[in-house]
Amino acid sequence: MEASKVIHAFYTDDEVLLDAVKAVKAKHHHIEEVFCPFPVHGLDKAMGLAPTRLAITSFMYGITGLSIAIWMTNYIMIQDWPQDIGGKPSFSWFENMPAFVPIMFELTVFFAAHLMVITFYMRSRIWPFKEAENPDPRTTDDHFLMEIPVHNNEEELTELLTNTGAVEINIVDKH
Amino acid sequence: MSHYEAPIREPLVLGDKSYHDITEDIAKPIEGKANKNWYIAFYISLAAMLWGFGCIFYTVGTGIGVWGLNKNIGWAWDITNFVWWVGIGHAGTLISAVLLLFRQKWRMAINRSAEAMTIFAVFQAGLFPIIHMGRPWNGYWVMPIPNQFGSLWVNFNSPLLWDVFAISTYLSVSLVFWWTGLLPDFAMIRDRAVKPFQKKIYALLSFGWSGRAKDWQRFEEVSLVLAGLATPLVLSVHTIVSMDFATSINPGWHSTIFPPYFVAGAIFSGFAMVQTLLGIMRKVTNMEDYITRLHVEYMNIVIILTGGIVAVAYATEFFIAWYTGSPYENYTYLSVGAATGPYAWAFYSLLFFNILTPQLLWFKKIRRSFIWSFIISIFINIGMWFERFDIIAIVLSKGHLPSTWWRFEPTFVDVGIFIGTIGFFFVLFLLYARTFPVIAQAEVKTILKSSGEFYKKRLAQGIPTKPTVVIAKKKITEVDSSDKNTKE
Repeated sequence: MEASKVIHAFYTDDEVLLDAVKAVKAKHHHIEEVFCPFPVHGLDKAMGLAPTRLAITSFMYGITGLSIAIWMTNYIMIQDWPQDIGGKPSFSWFENMPAFVPIMFELTVFFAAHLMVITFYMRSRIWPFKEAENPDPRTTDDHFLMEIPVHNNEEELTELLTNTGAVEINIVDKH
Repeated sequence: MSHYEAPIREPLVLGDKSYHDITEDIAKPIEGKANKNWYIAFYISLAAMLWGFGCIFYTVGTGIGVWGLNKNIGWAWDITNFVWWVGIGHAGTLISAVLLLFRQKWRMAINRSAEAMTIFAVFQAGLFPIIHMGRPWNGYWVMPIPNQFGSLWVNFNSPLLWDVFAISTYLSVSLVFWWTGLLPDFAMIRDRAVKPFQKKIYALLSFGWSGRAKDWQRFEEVSLVLAGLATPLVLSVHTIVSMDFATSINPGWHSTIFPPYFVAGAIFSGFAMVQTLLGIMRKVTNMEDYITRLHVEYMNIVIILTGGIVAVAYATEFFIAWYTGSPYENYTYLSVGAATGPYAWAFYSLLFFNILTPQLLWFKKIRRSFIWSFIISIFINIGMWFERFDIIAIVLSKGHLPSTWWRFEPTFVDVGIFIGTIGFFFVLFLLYARTFPVIAQAEVKTILKSSGEFYKKRLAQGIPTKPTVVIAKKKITEVDSSDKNTKE
C-alpha cells in the first residue's frame, strides 16, 4: 500500500476554523481530524461527528451501582446477619430501606462517575504512559490543525484551504 | 464566539490578551523558579506538618489518652477539625460543578485551585477519624469486606459508615473531575517543555492528551455529566456529616435543621478558604488578570448568601432551644446556657466571627477590596472552626446528670495535630501552585472572546471578534511524519 498523504492546515482562530471546516465539508472533502487547544462550540456538528453516548453509559453505570448497593445492604444487613437494633428488627429490606438511602445514593454516584470517566479514557485512548498524538506541539497552545487525506488533489485542496484563512499548510506523508 | 455576553458585564479576563498570552501566563509559574517567599512559606508549612506527624505518632504509640478527651467528651478537637476540613472541602466541587450547571463563566479562573483545595482539605479531614480509631492499621475494617471474625459486617444503619461512603466517593470523584480537567492543561505544558525530564513528567501526567475534536466533544459531555453527579454529591456529603450528630439523641444535636444548615456552613467556610488562598496566589503567581476584583466580589456574594443562611439557622436553633422549655435544651451550643456558661467566650466568638464580620460585605467597597476580603475570609475560617467546637464541646459538656458535667481542655497533642494538618495542607497547596497549571487555561481560552477585556472593547466599537481572513501566500511545506511533534 502506498504511503497515504495528508494535508495539515493550521489556523489561529476558532471562528475562522469553524468556517473553514464548513467550507471544506461543503466541497465534500473528508476531514480526518481536527486538533484544537480548547473546545470549539459547534465544531463536532460542523464536522459531522456523531453525538457521544457517554451520558447514556453513565446512566447505566449508575443503575448498576444502585443495584449493587441494594444487593449489598440486603445481603449484609438482612440475609447474613439480621439484628434487632433498638427494637427495630432488620427482617425486611424494604422496611429498613430509609437507613440505606445514603449508601444507595453514594454508590450510584460512585459507579456512574468513575466508570463513565474510565469509559471516556478508554474510548479516547488516554491513559498514563500513552504517547501524545497531536502532530504539532502548537495545537495545545493557540493553533488549530485540520487534517485532510489527499487523493491526488493537493492543488485543489491547498487552494481551498488557503482561501479559508489557513496560516500554514503542510503536506505530510503518513506511514 | 462561543456565547453572547452583554457588553455591560465586566470583563473576566483583563488586558490585551491573545490565546498564546494565556498559555504563557499560566505556564510561567511552572517554568520559572520559586522565589524566596515561596521557600519561607514552604519551610514553615513543612515544619508544622512534621510537628503534626510527630504528634500523630505519639498518639498512635501511646493511645488517644494523650488527647484532652474524658469519659463524657469522647469527641472534641478531632471531630471539630474533621468537620472543619470537610466543610472547607466543599467550595471546590461547588464551584466546578454547581457553577458549571448554572453556566457561570467566572468559575473558570478559580475552579482549578478550588478543586485542589477541596482534595487537599478532604485528605486532612480523613486523617482525623483514622487517627481517632487508635489502631489506624485496622482502618480497613470500615469497608464491607468478607472477613474472618465470623460474619462480622459493617452496620449500614450507622451515619458513621454513611460518612465513610460519602467522603470516599466525594474524594475520589472530585479527584477524577479535577484530573480530567487538568489533562489538556498538562498537555499544553508538555508540548512547550524544553527540559527532557519535565517533558517526560508532563507527558505522563497528561495521559497523552491530543485534543482531537472527538476528545473535546467527549470531554465536554463528561464534564457536564460529572457536574450533574457532583452537585447532589457535594450536598450529600455535609448532609451525612451533619447526620453524625443529628441522628443521635443529644439535645442540641438531635435537630432536623442540621443538614441544610451544615451544607450552607460548609459552602460558607469553603468560599472563605478559597478567598484566603486565592488572595495570596493571584499575587504570587501573577494571575491578577485572571483572578480579578469581579471574581472576588462574586465569591463574597456567595459568602453573604450562605452566611445569611447560617445566621438564620443559628437564630432558629437559639429560638427553639428556648421555646421548647426543656431544661436539657438549655445547654445546647446556641442557648441561654451557652451564652452565660463557661463556654461563653466560644459562643460570642462564634457570633462575632460568623455573623457580625461577614455583614461588612454588604458594602460594595469592602466586597470589592482584596485586602478586606482576605481579612474577612480569615475571620470566617476561625468562626467556622468555633461553630463546630461549640456544637461538639458545649453539647457534650453538660449531660443529663450533673455527674456527667465535664469540661474539655485540649492538650498539646490536640493542638499539634491540628497545626500539623494546616501545615500538611499548605505543603500540598504550595507544591501544587509550583507544578500544576493553576488556572484552567483551555477553558479560559473559550471565554476570551466573549468575556475578555480586549474583545469587549472592540465589540463596543463594532469590530467583530472574528479576524478578517488573510489569504496567505501559497507556501506548502512537505513534512515527513517521522519528525512529528518537532518543529523547526
